[in-house]
Amino acid sequence: MSVANRPVHRPLSPHLQVYKPQLTSMLSILHRATGMALSVGALYLVVWVVFASASPRTYAMFQSFNVSILGRIFLGGWLFCAFYHLCNGIRHLFWDMGYGFELKDAYRSGWIVVAVSLAATIVSWIVGLRLA
Amino acid sequence: MDSDRRTHLSRARGLGSAKEGVHHFWAQRVTAVALIPLVVWFAVSLIMMSGADYGVVRAWIGSPVVMVLLVLTIVIGLHHGQLGMQVVVEDYVHNEGMKLALIVLMRFIAVFFGLAAIVAILRIGFGG
Repeated sequence: MSVANRPVHRPLSPHLQVYKPQLTSMLSILHRATGMALSVGALYLVVWVVFASASPRTYAMFQSFNVSILGRIFLGGWLFCAFYHLCNGIRHLFWDMGYGFELKDAYRSGWIVVAVSLAATIVSWIVGLRLA
Repeated sequence: MDSDRRTHLSRARGLGSAKEGVHHFWAQRVTAVALIPLVVWFAVSLIMMSGADYGVVRAWIGSPVVMVLLVLTIVIGLHHGQLGMQVVVEDYVHNEGMKLALIVLMRFIAVFFGLAAIVAILRIGFGG
């Protein structure tokens, strides 16, 4: 192989290994991660209605997982993903319309998304556990 | 001389290098907007039903308004998820065959689960 044809393994941008973590980039990554989690979570939702339609016994089986510690963490995590992806999705829709691109605005909307999604998750947990 | 070097036909078609124009982008946004009220409604309903027994949950799913909203939430949610997962695969999977296979597989999964949910909800609603 000639020198010119030899593959060159230059680092690809963005250089994640030397990249300083920032709120904006972290929220962007989290948006994708929660989106992937919710895609799987949507399948779980389908399992829920299918089990509910099948019989009381299959539904009881399903519910026994939901009320376990693991199930509570799973459903609580699902709610956080839903609230976060919802809030940050709205932030994305504003960007799509051309608003909020100034650095100051991007940070402010980012913190609002973090605050609202955490608050909504905590309130849901409190209300949900009280009713359960 | 045209500044963007595309042919007139290419410009008129407006399909770009992705060969499907803005269809994916637009479908992702429209489903996103539809999901805003649906997810809020669903999350609030789910929390309010914490600890509800089998009968209550079935009665809730089977009521007419809930049936419509639940089918919308699940079907649009699965569609939106499939569109998003497609982008993830397109970003990270570089083998063309594997990429195509995964995108098709995710579509199949979305359609299969969507239909399963619709049948289950209708079955509860119509007392099957």
